[in-house]
Amino acid sequence: MRKVYLDNAATTPVLPEVLEAMLPYQKEIYGNPQSLHSWGDEAREAIEDARVKVAALIGAEPEEIVFTASGSESNNFAIKGLATARQSKGRHIVISAIEHFSVLHSARTLEKQGFELTLVPVDKYGMVDPEEVARSVREDTVLISIMHANSEVGTIQPIREIARFVKEAGAIFHTDAVATAGTVPVDVKDLGVGALSLAGNQFYGPKGVGALWVKRGVRILPFLEGGVQEGGRRAGTENVPAIVGLGKASELSSKEMGARVERLSALRDKLIEVLPSRIERVFLTGHPTQRLPGTASFCIEFIEGESMLMLLGHQGIAAASGSACTSKALKASHVLLAMGIPHEIAHGSLLFSLGVTNTEEDIDYVLEVLPPIVDRLRAISPLYAKFSKEQKRGS
Amino acid sequence: MPAYSEKVMDHFMNPRNVGEIEDADGIGEEGNPVCGDLMTFYIKVNDNRLSDVKFKTFGCGAAIAVSSIVSEMAIGKTLEEARKITPAVVAKELGGLPKNKNHCSNLGAQALNRAIDNYLEKQGIKVKTRRRREDEDE
Repeated sequence: MRKVYLDNAATTPVLPEVLEAMLPYQKEIYGNPQSLHSWGDEAREAIEDARVKVAALIGAEPEEIVFTASGSESNNFAIKGLATARQSKGRHIVISAIEHFSVLHSARTLEKQGFELTLVPVDKYGMVDPEEVARSVREDTVLISIMHANSEVGTIQPIREIARFVKEAGAIFHTDAVATAGTVPVDVKDLGVGALSLAGNQFYGPKGVGALWVKRGVRILPFLEGGVQEGGRRAGTENVPAIVGLGKASELSSKEMGARVERLSALRDKLIEVLPSRIERVFLTGHPTQRLPGTASFCIEFIEGESMLMLLGHQGIAAASGSACTSKALKASHVLLAMGIPHEIAHGSLLFSLGVTNTEEDIDYVLEVLPPIVDRLRAISPLYAKFSKEQKRGS
Repeated sequence: MPAYSEKVMDHFMNPRNVGEIEDADGIGEEGNPVCGDLMTFYIKVNDNRLSDVKFKTFGCGAAIAVSSIVSEMAIGKTLEEARKITPAVVAKELGGLPKNKNHCSNLGAQALNRAIDNYLEKQGIKVKTRRRREDEDE
């Protein structure tokens, strides 16, 4: 059976070059980077080399990069570390309604500790209005965090404009760039932010490694206390192989980004353009043009996401859904709901996220396999029966 | 995917008795599209027995499998016997359901019960509104 992986938003595969680069650090180069002997020197040189490559990917200085264990950790670190370091100045935080849970829940935790939180809404495309962010900022606002792109619906936010609007405020502007760093061009100076999160497993690096960029001079409280690793900001013996992998993935992304974006966008557009001609009542979620190159996200009416994933899985296709039934908590995606999509339509959420391993044949296979799956589930669906009857009556 | 039993997968992949009955003797609906599961059951009654049961379901894999097995279990049973198909019995028959799927997706028995209520009401028999006996799911 043909196997087609279209869940790169969950995690990308590790590229062979990345794995190759990591292997020596899983085996013979096992020293602790903090040790004062040649074993330690070798490991330390490797992580400092990775730091240079990650910094180059986002136009930063190497010493501004703090390695973490994931994108979620980077976000926790940023929200909690930046806000609490400024609480003598104020205790107000501004985030968007569609942030990743690692931002949203961190901010909620601070709220319980006495911070005030403002959630900026999004429009039907999942887009934040920069003026709305500016209006939410108060004198006591210490932190603004708006994600660069949402991987569920693909929408890329106008971070540059937001940064311009909030420049005067004096609050730190953090962006969760987990979905964009390594995928589309990200330059911290160009964006005008003060802190930025990224994760290795979103651009063909290993899992279990991320980074937080904090602009030089910006104060942040340490996330893990202990030793002097990462300038005392994040203690714990460094995950050398994973950091090396992140460095290699960054290097490859810097080099190949243009070609990747071009190829993925073409595949994505084919899926987005052809699918509605083969299935009735399907619509794109997220912004039509300001979107991630690999994200093709839809809502398919009258049927439910988990059933679609199961039948797709049966045909060898991996995808995702923001439906309530696919979440452990049985809650529909807060992103789709924040965009004003009604619950019953959010149930039909289906997300394909493309990566460099995908080919045009993969897309053709989805276009061939999905319509009969939709037909099959609609034939069982009482909602579709109602819709068909109403249509017949109408015509 | 949730950890579904082989039997759930079988009923999901090959659901039995899907459809509507044009001249149904009773129709019952349970759930709503907002919560994500909606089941409609159609029954034919002959001599106090369910001679035919069909369903349509909007929902996850568990919801579809539940509907299918309820229809299969109900056909040929007397109305009284069919009343004894409870969510707990259904879950057991399916070889268990993932914990978080036991409530919202396990509405097939209630939908069948509503169809039986609907039939009895048409016969002029008053039926006490049956509560969703969720306590039986555990």
